[in-house]
Amino acid sequence: MAEHAYFPAVAIRGSDRADSPRHAGLVRLTHWMTAASFVGLLVSGIAILLAHPRLYWGETGAVGTPSLIDLPLPFMLTGQSGWGRSLHFLAAWVSILTGLLYVVHGIVSQHFRKHLVPAKADLTWRSISRVASNHLRLQRPGEEDALTYNVLQRLTYPGVVFVLFPLMIWTGLAMSPAVTSVVPALVEALGGQQSARTIHFFAASALVAFLVVHVSMVCLAGFDARMRAMITGRGAARDEPWEPWEQ
Amino acid sequence: MAERLTRRKLITTGLATVAGASGLAAAARIADRYGLIPPDHSGIYGVGETLTYAAQRILTSRHSLAREFTRSHISSVAPVNGDPPRDAAYQRLLAGKFVEWRLVVDGLVARPSSFSLAELKGFPSSTQITLQACEEGWSFIAEWTGVRLSHVLTLVGVSVRARYVVYRSFDQWFDSLDTPDAWHPQTLLAYGMNGEELPTGHGAPVRLRVARQLGYKSMKYLSRITVVDTVKDIGKGLGSGSPEVGYSWYAGI
Repeated sequence: MAEHAYFPAVAIRGSDRADSPRHAGLVRLTHWMTAASFVGLLVSGIAILLAHPRLYWGETGAVGTPSLIDLPLPFMLTGQSGWGRSLHFLAAWVSILTGLLYVVHGIVSQHFRKHLVPAKADLTWRSISRVASNHLRLQRPGEEDALTYNVLQRLTYPGVVFVLFPLMIWTGLAMSPAVTSVVPALVEALGGQQSARTIHFFAASALVAFLVVHVSMVCLAGFDARMRAMITGRGAARDEPWEPWEQ
Repeated sequence: MAERLTRRKLITTGLATVAGASGLAAAARIADRYGLIPPDHSGIYGVGETLTYAAQRILTSRHSLAREFTRSHISSVAPVNGDPPRDAAYQRLLAGKFVEWRLVVDGLVARPSSFSLAELKGFPSSTQITLQACEEGWSFIAEWTGVRLSHVLTLVGVSVRARYVVYRSFDQWFDSLDTPDAWHPQTLLAYGMNGEELPTGHGAPVRLRVARQLGYKSMKYLSRITVVDTVKDIGKGLGSGSPEVGYSWYAGI
């Protein structure tokens, strides 16, 4: 404890050691801020979607014109999109500012390079399919997985951070008549304002799918230990009873 | 030693707090002066509204134009939301083909005036083919013809104190635009749609067309335009009916 206080550089360099934080303080903070803003974005996004649960392709679309998909959801024209949009934008700002902080930290601290870039040796079908089949058989992760990310995580997390989130922001901005008055390419590259809305929906669905798998894996790997690791930074060791599979 | 450090810390913290608070207050004053604070800036959602509005006002220049399309893009379906005003005055004007209709322009202007439909049509006209998106999610492209709001504002002589243009409709609705959007070249007093008179359902005889914002800012059935320096005494003080029922004042999205 005291040594770490006097030699922070040592503590950082030794971050793979069991007594150092599993997750850096800033990663933990931004994780939970992102989680909170994502819930806000999801709830408000559903409220906005329900005002018109039809998706189109191209520039325009309305009832009376052909849709791409009629979502099996009711039209809810009771003014839920008002607070929905206010919450959506508030949460979007929290998410974007948090994301910026996370990305700058990830680059400066080399968190991305050290922990999130998959090792070349792991990028073989054999290695990926081994981890994938372990996941699909709901096999409890090995000890080493509590200390570092496996190759599937190293493919998925950067995909969420560097592909899905930027795509959400891009397609969101592409729906803004004010923003596209300055950068029309934002919407033209997507094939139109309604296309942007449709891609926004599917990218959001992909994020929800990620969330479901992510939370399931946390439960599988030991909910209490993983939560403790992401809240306090401690807890590489797994000392919780194995629920519910082992009971 | 420990005591001195504590005192120094206290003073530093105190100074930092005062500096931070006055810095924030100064930033808010400057932001307000440069038109970066929307009327609905208060409350928790106001934080998001203010960030979005300020970011877009910094990003968009006064003359960045909403995308325009060609005739071939005009939508075959242009849905109508809501019914025309049931108001007796409006029904009389409608029956009389709006010959008696007048658009009142008043407030902080040198020459308060009222204009007939024929007078508006006599001014230089402007035509645009732009996309109108409803906040619900649907959209259409149409051709709009009208006179630029800026032309009418110039005619009546707007005071240098003016900050907002408030507009009202025959169905007792009201909304407002800031200076950049009020003077924007694509902001029209539109009396024509797709080469014809503006249909009743789309806001006859004249609706506002605000190309860089969502559809609800493009108010139908216009009756009056008032130039003001503050919206504090307009409705509940937000300058628009929309935020009173939960919708953002600024809808550039």
